[in-house]
Amino acid sequence: MTYQDTLISLGLQDENLVVLTAENRAAVRSVPEALGERFIDVGICEQTMIGMAAGLALRGRRPVAHALAAFLTMRAFEFIRTDVGIARLPVKLVGGVPGFLSEANGPTHQAIEDIALMRTIPNMQIVCPADEEELAHALPSILAAPGPCYVRHTAAKAIIEHTPFEFGVAETVSDGDDVAILTYGPLLAEAVRALDILQSKGISVRLLNMRSLRPVDEAAIAAAATAAEVVVTLEDHFVTGGLYTIVAETLVQRGIRAQVVPIGLDARWFRPGLLADVLRHEGFTGERIADRVLDVLERRKIALKTSS
Amino acid sequence: MSLALTEQTHGRLEKSLASTALAVREHVLCMATGGGCFIGASLSCVEILVYLYRCELSVSPDRLTDPDRDYLFLSKGHDVPALYGTLAELGFIERSLLRRHLFIDSNVYWHPNRSVPGIEFHSGSLGHLLSVAMGVALDIKLRGGKNRVFVIVGDGELNEGSMWEGLLVASALLLDNLVVVVDRNGFQANMKTEDLVPLEPLREKFESFGLRVHHADGHDFADLGRAFDRARAGSGRPEVVMARTVRGKGLPSIESRADRWFCNFTRAEIEMLLEELHAGTRATITSQVLVVR
Repeated sequence: MTYQDTLISLGLQDENLVVLTAENRAAVRSVPEALGERFIDVGICEQTMIGMAAGLALRGRRPVAHALAAFLTMRAFEFIRTDVGIARLPVKLVGGVPGFLSEANGPTHQAIEDIALMRTIPNMQIVCPADEEELAHALPSILAAPGPCYVRHTAAKAIIEHTPFEFGVAETVSDGDDVAILTYGPLLAEAVRALDILQSKGISVRLLNMRSLRPVDEAAIAAAATAAEVVVTLEDHFVTGGLYTIVAETLVQRGIRAQVVPIGLDARWFRPGLLADVLRHEGFTGERIADRVLDVLERRKIALKTSS
Repeated sequence: MSLALTEQTHGRLEKSLASTALAVREHVLCMATGGGCFIGASLSCVEILVYLYRCELSVSPDRLTDPDRDYLFLSKGHDVPALYGTLAELGFIERSLLRRHLFIDSNVYWHPNRSVPGIEFHSGSLGHLLSVAMGVALDIKLRGGKNRVFVIVGDGELNEGSMWEGLLVASALLLDNLVVVVDRNGFQANMKTEDLVPLEPLREKFESFGLRVHHADGHDFADLGRAFDRARAGSGRPEVVMARTVRGKGLPSIESRADRWFCNFTRAEIEMLLEELHAGTRATITSQVLVVR
């Protein structure tokens, strides 16, 4: 089922569900016809949309608000933090074209700090599905939760069959103990390609689809770092404030020593282009990820030999 | 205040409203010490709040969660001492709560929050509650309700882009159950609005955004009554009541002064100001004024 079909079906079951958009209709094209007055397009007014979502939630509605991730989380940030966050209202925020999905739009549209920003807001849940199927499966839980939630939207096709979504539970795609790769969102597909390459070279890989970044599966992070020699975080997000930071915080707090290597965007925006070209140019294809992991393992082997 | 009232009843009601307003001003004044408060903005909207709570809003202390109540949102936020005072006078909160203003274990502080009975939502960051009020107004319309939503905004607050964005959308959504009340006291934090970012011609600005505008003397109950009566029409357009007010109203020694925005007076000064409030001699203020912004 698609995201919007699921949204419509949940909306037909719950008259308190309202769908808002700041004139980003791509993901909700059929909703106006299905939900009528419960579809509210405020025009290109992200701040007003969030304030209104808070007001609607005060009246018992469950607003699902859509805008491009960059403008939703940044233009309207203070409205999210102040009106939704302080009041802990059940407003669900769905960010369009996050991370690499903004493709050729350029840095203005690149939401690669959205997770860093959203996780500063107390009680804000964060869900980053790998594909549309996982998004649709997660939607009932997202809408049922009593507080606010930020969702990275994706229309990517699923390449694996997912285990049922649960907040705070990572999905184990592959078990292994030479290296652990932790990722979320559509990059999971590239990680699965990297997994095949690495396994063909005899490397035992643990691949985790983190998907619920808040609450995050701390036990899975700790177990991965304890079992594997190296933990690699893979994300289309600034290295600051995203999964790399989440993993680092979790391990430091638990006193677990591990080498954690970030594959992300290190204090820079990515080169705009079509998705496949962006992945190639930025080194995020399955092949390049596998190369980078092999490189880390190789250097670690040399370092260990030198020290012994 | 229905215009159908006889003149005699009218006169009695006005006296009674004036007496509530005086009590609210006393409360505000008593919060302007021991840490202080935004006294200028609070005193300018006393009559607006007293009129709305006593004559216009369908809400009462026993209907705080009634979905059919009228809603009032205080968007500028600095004026919350006047709302605390009004809520105390009308039985929403105990008067004794105001003596705990700024206590670390009290919810009565410099900006509004929902822990105080009668306060619908927190504010303080300017330009937020118009859109929150719009969400409430839209929901009422979707559910076929007849209740209305009032949002009090400061004139300085009209500098915020989100105000104008919100007004555009309120017009587009035909929210005629929404009344935007502008406390037009002519000042923002440190100076006159017209000396910084001029707002005039303000009526024309609102009208060109699709709103209906009603002017009133914001300290005259009868005039406020006429404006709010006109704002009831169900015209299909959001309504604006533009209340001309005086910053620091009621205390001539601090009225209309740019440096009397946030004040923290000594106890002795409060005593003098209370006397001034009751038409006594003018107070002599020597306190340094703390401008928080």
